Amino acid sequence: MKLRRSMLFVPGDNAAMLSTSFVYKPDSIMFDLEDAVAAREKDSARLMVYQALQHPAYRDIETVVRINGVDSEFWQKDLEAAIRGGVDIVRLPKTETAHDIQELETHVERIEKACGRPIGETKLMAAIESASGVVNAVSIATASPRMVAIAMAGFDYLVDMHTRRSTGWEPELFYARAAVLHAARAAKIDAFDVVYGNVNDDEGFLREVNIAKQLGFNGKSLIHPKQIDLLHKAYAPTEEEVSHAKRVLEAAEEAHRKGLGVVSLDGKMVDPPVIHEAEMALQLAEAA
Amino acid sequence: MKVVKEAISGTLESSDLLVKVEPSGKGTRDIVIRSEVMKQFGKQIRRVVIDTLDKLSVSDGLIVIEDKGALDCVIRARVQAAVLRGCGSQELDWGRLS
Repeated sequence: MKLRRSMLFVPGDNAAMLSTSFVYKPDSIMFDLEDAVAAREKDSARLMVYQALQHPAYRDIETVVRINGVDSEFWQKDLEAAIRGGVDIVRLPKTETAHDIQELETHVERIEKACGRPIGETKLMAAIESASGVVNAVSIATASPRMVAIAMAGFDYLVDMHTRRSTGWEPELFYARAAVLHAARAAKIDAFDVVYGNVNDDEGFLREVNIAKQLGFNGKSLIHPKQIDLLHKAYAPTEEEVSHAKRVLEAAEEAHRKGLGVVSLDGKMVDPPVIHEAEMALQLAEAA
Repeated sequence: MKVVKEAISGTLESSDLLVKVEPSGKGTRDIVIRSEVMKQFGKQIRRVVIDTLDKLSVSDGLIVIEDKGALDCVIRARVQAAVLRGCGSQELDWGRLS
């Protein structure tokens, strides 16, 4: 199973970050052609991302390109650069309806055919940034078999909701987080929590990471490399959890050898969901 | 492609480069490269610039590069952006850009 704890934003026209971001080893790198790039630099950023995607250093890391929204004049050119460059996932911002994803998919397939990439190879993810997007989250998450993830984007959403970020348990984001996460889980795809904008506030960042982790998000979108290690450590299981996971898998293996359907460990049944959780814990521990 | 107007792309920040293109006025392609790493990588930078210009069929124009230690992929992208701007080109032939 592909781990998607950390998705690092890299401005598409920032040469230094394009040249170094792979060394920080996030689970996914997202080259941004949208908000991080001024309108007059979109053409140059598109070429920078197209070339960077082909750099050998990015072969072993999942790459994502955030294109401009379908209401912009830029998105189809962004898509050409991303797909022809070999991107793994296209991230659509400001997704409002399933139709946005279906329109995107039509053009993705057209470009795949034109450049000779296997049809269906390019995956999609949607960023939800409005009340409409949250309300339509289930139909968005299930709009295409190419969908692999859905992300909550907090800033625009809170403007749309006539509110602002608070501290603590962040009640203003609770419904949207829960709705987006349920949509993702129903569609069997991954879910990313919002970015935390204050890169100097580790305590606030970790508080928010713990909210996202406890709710069940796979991870967060990140705007600074220093947040990667903090996030990965927060998502890592404890030694006790790792030890328990190993015992669960040993018990399951023994049950399999003996031809038993289920087995119990410490008085609790070891069934497929418990085994899956144990496998996830070991995968997270190994990646931490 | 023919450079018909002055254009620039890139920045003078570390790991980047600034590319200026303009019509040569004499039907030739002239390339000027200045780099902080000229001794170590000057030949490689020139090779990437020439290859990029050849693929775009740029045979006429003055191309001035101010390099700040950019990777090859950044050099390619910035040269392509400057040339496409200098040619006033709206349509991209992706086969020429890889």
